[in-house]
Amino acid sequence: MKLLIIEDDAAAAAYLEKAFREVGHMADLAANGLDGYALASDGGYDVVVVDRMLPKMDGLSLIHALREQKIETPILILSALGQVDDRVKGLRAGADDYLAKPYAFSELLARVEVLARRRGTASSTEETSYQIGGLELNRLSHRVTRDGQEIELQPREFRLLEYLMRHGGQVVTRTMLLENVWDYHFDPQTNVIDVHISRLRSKIDKGFETPLLHTVRGAGYSIRDSAR
Amino acid sequence: MTALGKLFRTTAFKLSMAYLVIFVLFASAILGYVAFNMRRLLDEQVSLTIEEDVKGLVTQFNSGGLRRLVAQIERRASQPGSSLYLVTTPTGETLAGNISGIDQEGLLDAGRYQLFYRVLEDGDVKPHRALVDTIVLPGGFRLLVGRDLSETDRFRRVIRSAIGWSILLVLVMAVAGGVFVARRVLGRIDAMTATTRSIMAGDFSGRLAVSGTNDELDRLAQNLNAMLDRIAELMAGLREVSDNIAHDLKTPLTRLRNSAEEALRTATDTEEYRLTLENVIDEADQLIRTFNALLMIARAESGNATEGMAAFDAADVARDVAELYEPLAEEAHVTMHLTLPEKLPLYGSRELIGQALANLLDNAIKYAAREESVSEKAEISIGAVATGTGIELSVSDNGPGIPEADRARVVERFVRLEGSRSRPGSGLGLSLASAVARLHGGTLRLEDHAPGLRVVLALPVKGIGL
Repeated sequence: MKLLIIEDDAAAAAYLEKAFREVGHMADLAANGLDGYALASDGGYDVVVVDRMLPKMDGLSLIHALREQKIETPILILSALGQVDDRVKGLRAGADDYLAKPYAFSELLARVEVLARRRGTASSTEETSYQIGGLELNRLSHRVTRDGQEIELQPREFRLLEYLMRHGGQVVTRTMLLENVWDYHFDPQTNVIDVHISRLRSKIDKGFETPLLHTVRGAGYSIRDSAR
Repeated sequence: MTALGKLFRTTAFKLSMAYLVIFVLFASAILGYVAFNMRRLLDEQVSLTIEEDVKGLVTQFNSGGLRRLVAQIERRASQPGSSLYLVTTPTGETLAGNISGIDQEGLLDAGRYQLFYRVLEDGDVKPHRALVDTIVLPGGFRLLVGRDLSETDRFRRVIRSAIGWSILLVLVMAVAGGVFVARRVLGRIDAMTATTRSIMAGDFSGRLAVSGTNDELDRLAQNLNAMLDRIAELMAGLREVSDNIAHDLKTPLTRLRNSAEEALRTATDTEEYRLTLENVIDEADQLIRTFNALLMIARAESGNATEGMAAFDAADVARDVAELYEPLAEEAHVTMHLTLPEKLPLYGSRELIGQALANLLDNAIKYAAREESVSEKAEISIGAVATGTGIELSVSDNGPGIPEADRARVVERFVRLEGSRSRPGSGLGLSLASAVARLHGGTLRLEDHAPGLRVVLALPVKGIGL
């Protein structure tokens, strides 16, 4: 995966570049809005990570300009401005995701990977069913089976599993789940998501030999075929 | 001189001067009008009596001839009074009368005019003014009838001086009044200025003097005092908040530092280091969370977080949040009851209302939860109703509740009551809910749920910029 990081704080940029390299992603750096815009205009990146407050051209204007040019590279805003309305402004400008500083790298990584995958699948039409291991989820009939065995899920559990399976093999964080399954962006303070996950886990993994729903320490959850 | 100059520049002085000029003008006009009319009345009276006299005398002459007229004149002239009579021959020789010292000697012209004649008064000869009527009788005789005007002249002088004096008096009193009022107002404003200056200099306990007359200056002083009280209150609140923030952030920072230090001192293998670092990150995350909550409260309180506002269904949000916390409640053996209407439209921030409800629910579960051995079951209920003017979202629990005396206090930032310090939490949940309520133009009410606590988020439906 090839990333563009537009960040004026050299230390933060270097940290990100190194951290992404360690997990096998290439990252180019731009220290101001104009350079970032020039690089991003080529469209050769999988994901662009943009700070909001940048010299020469601010993050929101940059995103605006790129979207005007029909450059659809997924963009994630990384900003110290983390209030609800800041987020609204960012997404309205054309960004695909918004992460407030300070952030956990695992959170950023999970979000960037999801964004890159979305780009990879290109076509916006979503699949009608997902299949991982013996687990199958049909979006049209709202049925979930494992090894042919029917599993009863509550509507919210269904959406939770659907989101996890759409990003099968990838790590999804608790905040991503809260944002995408519940459509709230606040910090629930307590481990509410964990409780929902453990409920879901008891329904899809209990009684089966290989667990599919894994907890990724310090990051979140992942549905995949085999244990790492 | 400067004091006088200052006096001249005051609004009160200028105003009283303007009133003074207007008052004097009006007084003069009225007095002048009265004096003018009085004079005319007097003059008219004089000429009327003269005319009557002349008429009578002409009748006498017509019926009894010159002799009768002379006899009449002599009789009348001998009576005391201000009447003047004179009969002359066609050549001007006096036949009868009581005027002698007429300036104009010889033939008298016919008609009405004023003339001066001399009167012996206190051994002195003085000219007196008189109004006379002279007619030419058949045969060329002349008859003069007049009235001495010295009486009316004196009366006129009295009126004139009365007018003069009263205007002077009005002037003096108005100036004195103006100066008095101006000085009084000026004095009070100067006192106010001095007080505000001392407040600006740092003595915040100072308050403006209120005279008790409830005039406009008093009302201004009262309002300014109320404003100062409010500012003092806010400043105290701010100081307390920043003190609390400093204190409450120090505790987790100390923990964080301690665990890092302990790892350096005692850890022997990478696994131990790893555990410590994870612990440190958890502590840091908790700190970030606290900061985020503080920022959100500040943003909500400043009233600027209106960007994401839209119409949404509050009942839906309540259902969502309840559903989100339901497994947590179940895990804590807390039964959750929902009493929600189908729809409850509201304009505002869905996100913030959701967050506020989540905080309330989180609290309710935490405080309702109890040992399983306790016979009474832990229960919480979430309700929403439309009131006449808005909606009320409520979260009730049957936990220990909050004593009435503490209810106002727990809404403040970082306030945690005894007995709850041991439980997890930042002490910001209720503060945030309260700030969200205020942002929406509503209030957060804490009530007795007997037993337990009932928290009501009362929001007006048309609270903000619809």
